[in-house]
Amino acid sequence: MILIVNLCNERLHYFEFVKPIEDILDREGRGFFTKSYREVVKEDLEKAKRVIICGTSLEDDSFLDDLKKFSWIADNGFNKPLLGICGGFQVIGLVFGGVLGKKTEVGFFKEKFLKNFLGLEREQEVYHLHNNFIKFSKDFERFTESGMAQAVKHRSKEIYGVLFHPEVRQKNLILEFARL
Amino acid sequence: MKLAVLFSGGKDSTFAALLAKKEGYEISCLVSLVSENKESYMFHTPSIEKVKNQAEVMGVPLILQKTMGEKEIELKDLKAALLEAKKEFGIEGVVTGAVESVYQASRVQKICQELGLTSFNPLWQKDQFELLEELIKEDFEVIVVGVFAYPFEKEFLGRKIDKKFIEEMKLMEKKYKINPAGEGGEFESFVLNCPLFKKGLEIEGHEDFGEGHSWRREIRIK
Repeated sequence: MILIVNLCNERLHYFEFVKPIEDILDREGRGFFTKSYREVVKEDLEKAKRVIICGTSLEDDSFLDDLKKFSWIADNGFNKPLLGICGGFQVIGLVFGGVLGKKTEVGFFKEKFLKNFLGLEREQEVYHLHNNFIKFSKDFERFTESGMAQAVKHRSKEIYGVLFHPEVRQKNLILEFARL
Repeated sequence: MKLAVLFSGGKDSTFAALLAKKEGYEISCLVSLVSENKESYMFHTPSIEKVKNQAEVMGVPLILQKTMGEKEIELKDLKAALLEAKKEFGIEGVVTGAVESVYQASRVQKICQELGLTSFNPLWQKDQFELLEELIKEDFEVIVVGVFAYPFEKEFLGRKIDKKFIEEMKLMEKKYKINPAGEGGEFESFVLNCPLFKKGLEIEGHEDFGEGHSWRREIRIK
């Protein structure tokens, strides 16, 4: 069972940022349950085998003022695979002491993967929709060539993050994560 | 939150409007661009003047903006129309019916950001057949008003989106790689009735224009 964490402040954004992830998992017969980040409790984290934190819209960054709700990520008791997408990527970076920077990118961009990242290799056309980026702490390894971190993994935990939206052109990345 | 719907009169933007309403948002106005370029990159063109009839039965004000339909000029026209919607109706966000088109969605995102508006794409990445089936489930009455790709021919104009249509689309997707929701520009649709309408629209007559595998139907509403 995969816990999908919804960051969206607006109800209508669920269809754009959460449902596409649910659909990818559903088509492969992967079980999931979805909760708002404000409502995630210990029992949810115990029940879930993996966790995905979805992105949200350009204008919605209320979750950044609510980082205490994500303290479970860095908790020593939490040792399940975690994938953060866009907003979720930013949350992971900040929880582990990264620094937030401002950079707006919208649309397709080419990113070169230096080594395999959840099935992605070489050059990929990825969909960006963000106002922020993260300068990650040394706890994380970067997998892409560009100056800004695009795909990262924690050096000792199964914690992954992507700044881009894999649900648009790299759906298989989500399934690779679901198979870990 | 008050929203404008970027409205073509076709199935996607109308269904997106329905989702917004169901989620409790107020649809303050519809914004439609009438492109003089019939091959517009951004906007669905056939029968778009008929959105006036749709807006009337929805009881929602309509901003109709003419555009030359040239690649970047039409974006300026869209921005002007959304600015008018913001000033006149106090909208805070814009709903689109984008499903797969990154070209369309990313340009609307950028314009919204420049205007301080929130962009909503509730059909984003939605399974194409699921979308067609939900239209039927929600009692949408939708017809085809344009076809723009092989193997479609003139005979396809006026077809209703029903279970038989979906079955044919499934076969066409396999055989010809046709996008079953038509967002790739293979066909364009027009909504005659749906839960947002106070009453259905009736067609009085039509004229068809085109040749080969590229046809459009201009309908007249009673």
